[in-house]
Amino acid sequence: MPADTFDDLRDLYQEVILDHGRHPRHAHRLESFDASAKGDNPMCGDRIQVWVKLAPDGSIADTGFEARGCAISVASADLMAETVKGRSQADTKALFESFRELARTGSCHACGGTLEEPLERLQPLAGVHEYPSRVKCATLAWHALIAALEGSKEATSE
Amino acid sequence: MNVLTRPTLSAEAFDVERIRADFPILSQRIRGKPLVFLDSAASAQKPRAVIEAMRNAMETQYANVHRGLHWMSERTTDAYEAARDAVAALMNARDRHEVVFTRNVTESLNLMAHSYGRGVMQPGQAVVISAMEHHSNIIPWQLLRDERGVELRVAPISDSGELDLEAFERLLSDGKVGLVSMTHMSNVLGTVTPAERIVRIAHAYGAKVLFDGAQAVVHRRVDVQALDCDFYAWTGHKLYGPTGIGVLWGRRELLDRMPPFLGGGEMISSVSYEKSTWAAVPHKFEAGTPPILEGIGLKAAIDYVQAIGYDAIAAREHALVVHALARLDAVPGLTILGRAQDRGGVVAFALDKAHAHDVATLLDRQGIAVRAGHHCAEPLMHRFGLESTARASFGIYTTHGEIDALADALVRVREFFT
Repeated sequence: MPADTFDDLRDLYQEVILDHGRHPRHAHRLESFDASAKGDNPMCGDRIQVWVKLAPDGSIADTGFEARGCAISVASADLMAETVKGRSQADTKALFESFRELARTGSCHACGGTLEEPLERLQPLAGVHEYPSRVKCATLAWHALIAALEGSKEATSE
Repeated sequence: MNVLTRPTLSAEAFDVERIRADFPILSQRIRGKPLVFLDSAASAQKPRAVIEAMRNAMETQYANVHRGLHWMSERTTDAYEAARDAVAALMNARDRHEVVFTRNVTESLNLMAHSYGRGVMQPGQAVVISAMEHHSNIIPWQLLRDERGVELRVAPISDSGELDLEAFERLLSDGKVGLVSMTHMSNVLGTVTPAERIVRIAHAYGAKVLFDGAQAVVHRRVDVQALDCDFYAWTGHKLYGPTGIGVLWGRRELLDRMPPFLGGGEMISSVSYEKSTWAAVPHKFEAGTPPILEGIGLKAAIDYVQAIGYDAIAAREHALVVHALARLDAVPGLTILGRAQDRGGVVAFALDKAHAHDVATLLDRQGIAVRAGHHCAEPLMHRFGLESTARASFGIYTTHGEIDALADALVRVREFFT
């Protein structure tokens, strides 16, 4: 069997995803936080908790998470925490909508607009659109983050 | 490695290539690779005999059953009721009227929780399940508990995935247990439970016994008279038959005492606005137009399995399981869940470097279909400290080569994530 057996999977498991999946930088509870929510994917058993610390102007100062899930869900949570840092809540919600479109379809309307730079960072996750059952893995952390910002305690990616 | 309980027949007599030729779907290629279908415990593939029996019925002799006074209805009724005879013979039931058709095992178990749990059992009594049940043998009893005050007790299992019979007996010792509802074969661990001993212990304390045989009936001959159990549930689609038809077998005298489950046509004797009376079993439990085509398909599936024979199937499966355990044990970082002495063709496992979903996606790219997740058995996963595992499960068409392909692929999957 050739060593390049999984080469066609490099679209889904790009090096940046494998790296963030193995060594997430934000996978920890925040010592002080303003909002928190759990995310749950009942079909596959993935779970995440997200904590958010807000700056005085209401923008996102820091995000931490604890997750039990696959490489895609952990990497997505980590890239999310990295990408939303310093952004306003409105921007974060708009970014989520575009990211969700990116995960579902592989491209998005706003990808060339004002959200170009942050979406560029999330681009490695676009490969999930070819795996419909895995899209929820990529969006779970975002659902939990948005739930936290909106004051609910729980979210689901169903 | 454990010494597994051994069937008597040799596996060499089994002509797997001839069997594979009977399953049209197996010649497919997935993502350019030959299909390696290792997800039969979720639902099995169908032989041509089943496909053709159902198509033939639709093309030549189809009408509603039990009511039309015309040729088509009579022929269809005969064909549908022949399925009941086939099920009764398969299970060695004393009486064909003891065979109730449902949609699936879930419906069979809900029928039991509703009609036996609410209609025969009393508040203050208890139901015993095991720590390796599918959600469908947990939730109906939880609903019963919350609504009727029937206690739910869970018999523990060992680390090897076997029922703790002493603890099980202790749960029964106060005489409050009205029903034991237990898996005959775990859909995660592959454990085959000691059914005869479970029945003997339960009966000694006055409890009836219901088995969830969704997995077991695929791998073993189930003789309800030899088991001496009181109820037995299984489903057609895992036994190479169609979806949409399940079985609940029960002792006639117990079924007679149980109130109906669903109300409607077919299940009545007479109807007036003041009072209606119920049809005799099994029709009392079969409201509405039944799964006619599915019954016809199920009979074809039973005939197919009987023609191969359970002795040959069990011997073949034993050889596959021995091979699978040996090959998977040799994969670095792989842990197999459950090491029961007596087990069927289901192997759940975890890889240290990769989550089960990632494993399943990578295997899928090799054309290998496995299930990943909690397998509808969350409490069991937690018992072993896991959220999810991957599961390979075998059917009569599974080959040693397919198991080798799985093991080889898993070595590469682990390297990919290391």
